[in-house]
Amino acid sequence: MRVLLRNPRREVQLAGRRSVNALLDELHLNRESHLVIRNGTLIPGDAALDDNDEVEIRPVISGGA
Amino acid sequence: MVAVGSKCRTCRGPAIIDLPRHNANFCAEHFLELCRRQVVKAIESFAMFTPTDHILVAVSGGKDSLAVWDILVDLGYHADGLYVGLGIGDYSEASAVFARDFAAARGLKLIEVSLRDDYGYDIPTAARATHRVPCSSCGLSKRHLFDKAALDGGYDVVVTGHNLDDEAAVLFGNTLRWEIDYLARQLPVLAARDGFPRKVKPLVRLTEREMAAWCVVRGIDYVVEECPMAAGNKHLAYKAALNEIEAKSPGSKAAFYLNFVDRMAPLLAGQRASSAETLAPCSVCGSPTTGDVCAFCRLVTKASAHEPVPVELVTGKRRRS
Repeated sequence: MRVLLRNPRREVQLAGRRSVNALLDELHLNRESHLVIRNGTLIPGDAALDDNDEVEIRPVISGGA
Repeated sequence: MVAVGSKCRTCRGPAIIDLPRHNANFCAEHFLELCRRQVVKAIESFAMFTPTDHILVAVSGGKDSLAVWDILVDLGYHADGLYVGLGIGDYSEASAVFARDFAAARGLKLIEVSLRDDYGYDIPTAARATHRVPCSSCGLSKRHLFDKAALDGGYDVVVTGHNLDDEAAVLFGNTLRWEIDYLARQLPVLAARDGFPRKVKPLVRLTEREMAAWCVVRGIDYVVEECPMAAGNKHLAYKAALNEIEAKSPGSKAAFYLNFVDRMAPLLAGQRASSAETLAPCSVCGSPTTGDVCAFCRLVTKASAHEPVPVELVTGKRRRS
């Protein structure tokens, strides 16, 4: 699957079926700090991702206060 | 083994988001309903404003300010927006486009102020001129200009997009240092006084993740990239620490902040009263201040006299430090 990451913007290719939560764990990303979007639609942590999926992992934390 | 197909807690349809702090998943429709309900609860329980109030939303082009503007309009409130151009290179230019596009698409009024055009400086230059972190002059400039625009425009209240994560992070920082005066003032509503408008935070019951999700579900484009001047600031470190705790103990951020407001803030009421300073009009701009010239006018004098500093020079210095 092709995974788009932000801040900085980059892409990684991964092989094998896995859940959204497993993907985030594998990339050492906190679930509370990110959303996962597939084809413009949000998907929950237990959604299954396949090799042909293109997903965006979007960070949600901003620094201002 | 990959589990498939979590269901919405409300309708049992396919879920689009899991919210561990509610121990539940939601479809798009019922997620939006949850967010609206949380905002209504914040507005009503903290008496933020009424449907007849004239509201000014401080808009940055980021997810939180656009989401709160969208939610308020969706709930039937009359709300205009205020965008302050901070002059942070490409980041500010992109942010302005998101704010303008949002307003134009919905026929909403967006007031714009430019630090460089209207006051002769920008945030990178202010950071260099004052020898302080950029967030310091940024916060000072925005607070002053929000107040000014609200009073000039006859608005009853200024709405900001501060969310639960923002408030919990500030509370965390103030608690680490036992900043009692700051703790005493950390409320979802700051009452109008002495020339300052009322300021409210309707998103205090919603997390950053929920606000980003609101924007995705509602099709709101916002600036996803982080402000280049915020990289490495303490606020981000506090948020990261709190999210580590949240991951292991869902609901901790909400309990930390909302229980502070409910249980601790009332105990600090005396501190609030005793630390209230006597204010007089600034001799330059007339805004309320404790001194002769307000902090904003002092910043304008110093920063506008400084040669413009490109954003890359300031961010490069911060990365090395």
